Amino acid sequence: MDAAFALIAGHANYWLVVILMMIGLYVAIARGNLVKKIVGLNLFQTSVFMLYISMGKVEGGTAPILTGLPATVYSNPLPHVLILTAIVVGISTTALALALVVRIREAYGTIEEDEILEIERDVGSKS
Amino acid sequence: MQHHLILRVVARLLLPPIFLYALYVQWHGDYGPGGGFQAGVIFAVGFILYALINGVDALTRVVPPRALILLLAAGLLLYAGTGIATLLLGQDFLDYSALSHDAVHGQEWGILIVELGVGITVAAAMTAIFLAFAGRSASVEDKDW
Amino acid sequence: MLQALLHQLPVLQIVLPLVAAPIVAAFGGNGRGWMIAFATSLIAFAVAATLFAEVLDGSVISYHLGGWAPPIGIEYRVDILNAFVLVIVSGVSAICLLYARASIAAEVEEKNHAFFYATFLLCMTGLLGVTITGDAFNLFVFLEISSLSGYALISAGAKRDRRALTAAYNYLVMGTIGATFFVIGLGLLYMLTGTLNMADLAARLTGYGDSRTLRMGFAFIFVGIALKLAMFPLHLWLPNAYTFAPSAVSSFLSATATKVAVYALLRILFTVFGFDSAFEANVLRLIVLPLAIVAIFVASFVAIFAEDLKRMLAWSSIAQIGYMLIGIALLSHEGLMATVIHLFNHAVAKAALFMVAGAFMLRAGTTSIPDLRGIARDMPWTSAAFVLAGLSLVGVPLTVGFISKWYLVQAALTQNLWPVALLVVLSSLLTLTYVWRITETIYMREAPAGVRRSEAPLSMLIPTWIFTGLSLYFGIDAGLTSMAASRAANALLGASNLFWQ
Repeated sequence: MDAAFALIAGHANYWLVVILMMIGLYVAIARGNLVKKIVGLNLFQTSVFMLYISMGKVEGGTAPILTGLPATVYSNPLPHVLILTAIVVGISTTALALALVVRIREAYGTIEEDEILEIERDVGSKS
Repeated sequence: MQHHLILRVVARLLLPPIFLYALYVQWHGDYGPGGGFQAGVIFAVGFILYALINGVDALTRVVPPRALILLLAAGLLLYAGTGIATLLLGQDFLDYSALSHDAVHGQEWGILIVELGVGITVAAAMTAIFLAFAGRSASVEDKDW
Repeated sequence: MLQALLHQLPVLQIVLPLVAAPIVAAFGGNGRGWMIAFATSLIAFAVAATLFAEVLDGSVISYHLGGWAPPIGIEYRVDILNAFVLVIVSGVSAICLLYARASIAAEVEEKNHAFFYATFLLCMTGLLGVTITGDAFNLFVFLEISSLSGYALISAGAKRDRRALTAAYNYLVMGTIGATFFVIGLGLLYMLTGTLNMADLAARLTGYGDSRTLRMGFAFIFVGIALKLAMFPLHLWLPNAYTFAPSAVSSFLSATATKVAVYALLRILFTVFGFDSAFEANVLRLIVLPLAIVAIFVASFVAIFAEDLKRMLAWSSIAQIGYMLIGIALLSHEGLMATVIHLFNHAVAKAALFMVAGAFMLRAGTTSIPDLRGIARDMPWTSAAFVLAGLSLVGVPLTVGFISKWYLVQAALTQNLWPVALLVVLSSLLTLTYVWRITETIYMREAPAGVRRSEAPLSMLIPTWIFTGLSLYFGIDAGLTSMAASRAANALLGASNLFWQ
């Protein structure tokens, strides 16, 4: 019983990350709406951000800004920096994906994947 | 939009603090949380709020799309230019120590300039992305509210 | 002064196209964009060639960005393997840009040209960055720079066919999932070791030995890169993306993007995970090898029945990636050598073939195979280039394709894996079938009555024939490429301690 509790409570951040990650991946793959796919993709990426940030926490550590006191324990700032970069990549991906969706909507008149597939099958290259 | 008095007044009140706060985040990055990316986003939020209240056309009168592209390029060139300046001063790329008479001041100057470049590019990029989306669809009419 | 310039070459390789991109975006109207981009790519090629000459003797150049020494700072690390890939990427970019001028003028709207060339330069920056960096997280950032600009480049084909948009969107979703998998794996490795520098990672992983975190990290990174390099069965984004992209982009991406992903895989497998791991060997032997063989046969069969020339070439790319993966999975010096040399050989042959497709597109307005009947009568030079580059794809002697297959078959035979060798030879028959099908259509079928198509402009013929010529020249005299490939394989194996051999 204790072992099971430790497995859940001791790894709470991993459980959260894994659950969020799977929801995101599922939405990105299973949803037919192109915008919802992007939402899923964002969730998926965000879960990875959380994985990194929870990894950088040092027990009892403060924000990694120099305090001048020699005994201060700092959290690891490197994962934060990495994730700042990854967030920028995520934003660019989202902006580009949404731009593509806008163009798809203008070209096909719909953003539902199955309807687009149907149009592509019917019309072929005549567009 | 002319008769949405509360929205217009509140937005007008909010705009100066938003820009001021963006500048604070930009220049205070040395001493606390902040820096070019966050500042750029906040700065762009000011423009986006302006466009939401006064319409996209009003925003393009304030910052023409052509100016946005130039700013986008300028920010990136400021960043890369700093790196090239350090190269010309005989150090490695982005080794800010070369920028001043001693290494500590050089590092401080370097990060300030680079963050300014990041801020300009991010602000211009965010506004450009907003314009790219908002400029494509029909503008929101009063009856849609 | 010259010495100082030489010292800065690794960073100039990245900074030059990076600086040129915003300049093109801002001031690239009226054809200036193409000129700046082309000049930049020529300089980048000169830089890459100089770096290649410098490390040819097996030395390693390490450049510290910002003067911060690794493993804390970001390091650019050039050895013979990535110098070889740098030469491929920058050379292909330069020749593709030469080709792009006429082709893009016809396929992309005039007002978007400046942005197109700026995006092209960014894509090139990303690909060169992935190749040159010695820092694993930096690799992810450059991978995403190249991928994001790649999606945008593919969607530029929307003027001709709106399906370019959905192709780019699907590629974006798959590519982002792949990149995120890579970051997850990297996070697990960072958790284990506390470092991101590849050389430092390798040194520390050796000390930590096997663990579940390590295996998970390996699996995530492997699947992530496999998505980017279109390893069967993660290839679904590729056929549409290459079919509907503008021809110059198809040519550029097919010759560089997947090649750089293969390079990243080699780095991760041999430089980072160079530990004594039965796990890695098992993954390669039991999963990658069978999948690669299946990929070759399935993709070649689909290519045989494709109705569109560009789609056929795209499926053929998936098959060719299979050959590279077989070389990796053999886990031997000869196998790696076959993979590295095939990076170059496939790049030149496939780039030439996509350029031919682009020339047909320009003059005939289509790449649908039935519509290309008898086109050799009107476009003899373009058609001849197709036949020669196609023979190289098949692996006929005196072409580069033969060199790669020769090394690959030898590598399989030295390990007594004669079924693999036999299958590789057999698969060439399938390649011959689809190349022959096109050859027959364009040479022997009667052209539709009343249709005349003029020969492609010289600015497109010259790049096509440069690639065709390269695929013949290095097929006859493979001294330089096989020496580079052999030394690269040595460097990879030397850096890793593969005890399982």
